[in-house]
Amino acid sequence: MAVISYREALNQAMREEMERDENVFIMGEEVGHYNGAYKVTQGLLQRFSERRVIDAPIAEMGFAGIGIGAAMVGLRPIIEFMTFNFSLVAIDQIVNNAAKIYQMSGGQYHIPIVFRGPGGPAVQVGSQHSQSLESYYAHVPGLKVVMPSTAADAKGLLKSAIRDDNPVVFIEGETLYNTTWEVPDVAPGSPSELIPIGKADVKRTGKDITLIAWSKMVWTCLDASKVLAEQGIECEVVDPRTLRPLDVETLATSVKKTGRCVIVEVGWPVAGFGAEVAYQMQKHCMDVLDAPIERVTSDDVPMPYAKNLELEVQPQVADVVAAVKRALYME
Amino acid sequence: MKYGRAVATASKRVEHDDHHEYVDTTPEELAPLYRQMLAIRRMEEASAKAYSQGKIGGFLHLIIGQEAVCVGATAALKPEDYVVATYREHGHAYAKGVGARPIMAELYGKKTGCVKGLGGSMHIFDKATNFLGGYGIVGGHVPIAAGAAFASKYRGDKRVALCFFGEGASTIGGFAEGLALAALWKIPVVLICENNQYSMGTPVYRSLAVEDVSLRAIGHGMARDRFDGDDVVKVKRRIAEAVDRARTTNEPTLVEVVTYRFRGHSMSDPGLYRTKEEVEEWKQRDPLGRCRQRLLDIGFPQADLDAMEADVKAEIEDAVKFAEDSPPADDYKSYVIKE
Amino acid sequence: MEEGVLVRWTKKEGDKVSPGDLVAEVETDKANMDFNIEDEGVLLKLLVKEGDTVKLGAPVAIIGNAGEDTTALEAQAKGGGAAPAPKADAPKAESKPADAAPKVAAKQEAPPADKPAAKAAAAKPTAGDAPPSSGKLLASPLAKSLAIELGIDLRTIKGSGPGGRIVERDVKAAADGKTETGDEAARTPSPPARSRQPEAEAEAETGTALAVRPVDALEAGDWVDLPASNMRRRIAARLTEAKRDVPHFYLQRSLDAAPMMAFRARLNDLLGDRGKVSVNDLVIKAVALALRRMPECNAAWEGEAIRQFHRVHIGVAVAIPDGLVTPVVRDADQKGIGAIAAEVRDLAERAKSKKLKSHEITGSTFTVSNLGMFNIERFTAIINPPEAGILAIGGVMDVPVVKDGQVVAGKRMTVSMSCDHRVIDGALGAKWLQVFADLVEKPESLAL
Repeated sequence: MAVISYREALNQAMREEMERDENVFIMGEEVGHYNGAYKVTQGLLQRFSERRVIDAPIAEMGFAGIGIGAAMVGLRPIIEFMTFNFSLVAIDQIVNNAAKIYQMSGGQYHIPIVFRGPGGPAVQVGSQHSQSLESYYAHVPGLKVVMPSTAADAKGLLKSAIRDDNPVVFIEGETLYNTTWEVPDVAPGSPSELIPIGKADVKRTGKDITLIAWSKMVWTCLDASKVLAEQGIECEVVDPRTLRPLDVETLATSVKKTGRCVIVEVGWPVAGFGAEVAYQMQKHCMDVLDAPIERVTSDDVPMPYAKNLELEVQPQVADVVAAVKRALYME
Repeated sequence: MKYGRAVATASKRVEHDDHHEYVDTTPEELAPLYRQMLAIRRMEEASAKAYSQGKIGGFLHLIIGQEAVCVGATAALKPEDYVVATYREHGHAYAKGVGARPIMAELYGKKTGCVKGLGGSMHIFDKATNFLGGYGIVGGHVPIAAGAAFASKYRGDKRVALCFFGEGASTIGGFAEGLALAALWKIPVVLICENNQYSMGTPVYRSLAVEDVSLRAIGHGMARDRFDGDDVVKVKRRIAEAVDRARTTNEPTLVEVVTYRFRGHSMSDPGLYRTKEEVEEWKQRDPLGRCRQRLLDIGFPQADLDAMEADVKAEIEDAVKFAEDSPPADDYKSYVIKE
Repeated sequence: MEEGVLVRWTKKEGDKVSPGDLVAEVETDKANMDFNIEDEGVLLKLLVKEGDTVKLGAPVAIIGNAGEDTTALEAQAKGGGAAPAPKADAPKAESKPADAAPKVAAKQEAPPADKPAAKAAAAKPTAGDAPPSSGKLLASPLAKSLAIELGIDLRTIKGSGPGGRIVERDVKAAADGKTETGDEAARTPSPPARSRQPEAEAEAETGTALAVRPVDALEAGDWVDLPASNMRRRIAARLTEAKRDVPHFYLQRSLDAAPMMAFRARLNDLLGDRGKVSVNDLVIKAVALALRRMPECNAAWEGEAIRQFHRVHIGVAVAIPDGLVTPVVRDADQKGIGAIAAEVRDLAERAKSKKLKSHEITGSTFTVSNLGMFNIERFTAIINPPEAGILAIGGVMDVPVVKDGQVVAGKRMTVSMSCDHRVIDGALGAKWLQVFADLVEKPESLAL
């Protein structure tokens, strides 16, 4: 087990897949000579040359579309958005083309493409650069949406995403790049190097309440669990890892065990993905619920710049602790 | 020639060239092109009839009047080359080799349609003929065509992609970005603007500050061309130049072909934004009729022409019958996610 | 099984215990069973009195080394707040067996009342004070299903959640009889809040545990609720199910009991001190033989088939103080009358002291119920599924009978056969009763 950063895990995943498959290439803004705006593609240009590590100008709709066209005829593009905020100018390509072509062509053309990049709030970058847009993509049939929380998940899931025959929206945690996690030492080529898309992971076991969170919020929930454990409350933290397809079974199994559920997401409350999770949990766990399912989200506002305000807007450990206590009728 | 290698113009109307100069050709070259144009015309007419009978639903955008463009351009390709088109693509698909039967069955929403009743008129795809699809939201398909051509360059397999779009799509970002990236990365794609003078109901002079779309190539240092689309052989020759450029140098070309659609934007469009006289004037120069006359002029026997036309009639009737008799579409779940 | 009654301690505080020792007897809804210890040590403290109902997994005793202080563990067992995690060598709170196979369960599992939710309830019982806003009985889905599972009437519980919502911890507390809310409500027959809000009652008439019954309209103090034992609940459930699901019909017939009474007298003379044969024993034998002769009635409805049994096992309904059990005389058709008499006596005695093993109360193919000793002339009984019939035996009565045109004193016994119509039709049942009557009226044939 090597302890590596989330950033390094992503880099390894792409490097290994590009070594393995000549059809894999990466395209995006500053991915090559600049070594990546967030240094996720560090060293890839040097290793794979400009043919396979392609610096794109500012034209997300253009290069996302070029990726889709290339994927139609057999390549496996990795399209990097410098941040997922910029994916909005390419959303026509992702939603109207990548997600549709397999269906529109009656199964003749599939789109093996990964759209990846950081998402979720960063630190003091203002409203246009601090958004969690996963529910936009999770809404769309024909896409898969992956949001790893740890380095190990990031590596195993990105490799699965690159090998997947469908368009995968792979949203990395912008503030997770420096976090470290134990990543199993698996040789490239071993089946265990892949983490299947669509499989949730129990990040912490506990009997009293289930916390469902993904990406950065998994860490917040783990921190909250420590605080609550000191008060005798054992939280189970379940990370779906993939929002679409959603591993309802694993989530529901946990909620059935604990009878209580808090869903924590850094996105906005209205039509946030947590609402869908809440629906699924009440549907599958109705008879064992002891309390209404709680949601913890960011405030329903564009992200402010000032550091104190920015923290106030996002779910913090104290917010999760409070929600847990509400679900346990403790306050 | 008024449209050739055009320069910027501030005129409010695209005037038509009355001085037709036929490009030299032979009956052997022209006959199959005429046959394709005629089949497309008859197929479009048959689909219009079926639409009016309620057998075809949704939007139905006909290409009647513009057949020379898709037929001439596609004739410049090899089978392995790619074609990407818009929602007005029945003719392009047919010209690329997709049969009238699967096209008509698709319009009918049948299981035997080329995309199993999932796409309809606007989304014809056919992998066997490298027809990469009809796209209902224009502009975004320009980068897709560039992407297919990019893959060709990436692999070095010398395939070329043709991308068709109307002048109405030339104002959207997807076109601008596709054009920019194709030029920047020297992608072997030929971008063909079928300027049929109306973006739905809006004439060119009300949608473009500079009516010559091909001029957009200049800022990108890209090769360009512009000509009228009345003569199918001319279209073939001029597109072949661009295709050859792409195949040999990877250089893209922006080509604008001036043409005219005789029908409304779609079947639901009565065409109130233009005069009957204008439409009639263009119909006088119907590329299909001119092609037929030219074929006879250069010595194609009348008897052979009659036989060909009967054959086309039978082909389209067969396609309609096939569509009518086919089982309804029955599967909408299998092609969402590839397992 | 969710709970049981600790009937008797066989060890007392201070006794040394070793693995395998019997320390207590426990009555469950099925039968009594032994509770054997699996630890070595001294029984320091008995936490449960004889006769107490104990929830599965709850601690019942503390085992440790002689002289150890058990205060902390006692407090923990009572649910009095967070006790420190017991050390490995500290005295152990011993819990009662988990199921039919006795084993020591959950030795150091914190008792349910120690769950954080319950702790919080004890600390801040605020929300529960608010009255239900709609008049509906508010309970979480989990609380509702748990209440059904534990046989708790939700109306007897005060909810501690928002708006008085009954939540899991309230039901568990009520089941444990530990909190003031559960305890008080369960034992003091205070009327449910709803009864003072009649307009809300129609709305509340949904859900098993919430159904409104006429008794609710009575005033406080007009009744007393006697907690139903496990056995009572089980009887209630089984009989309700049987009467609801089995299409019963009834055949009655009077028999000449004089020959049987005479035969019985002769047998008892012969037996002398060695035992006694009752009318019931003879009836059991006669029923068994009749079933052997007509196996169509020794059968069960299996949905797709009628299952005919090759062996004849007669269930004998035995009244015990708080209910009834039906021990089984196996292969009764093969056994002599004396053997049946001895066996029934033994089974009945052990039934009354709840010492029957579970295999002794299961597997009957037909049942006999006799209320003749109470001078009941005739009655009908509810079939014990999956059996196809039960025979209800009335008392032997002295009645005037017409014999050869003359009214003379005679002895008559009326039997009522309840038949499962899916298996036994009227004519078949009547035919079987004829066979049975022939045997009773010619009782010597019972000895053949």
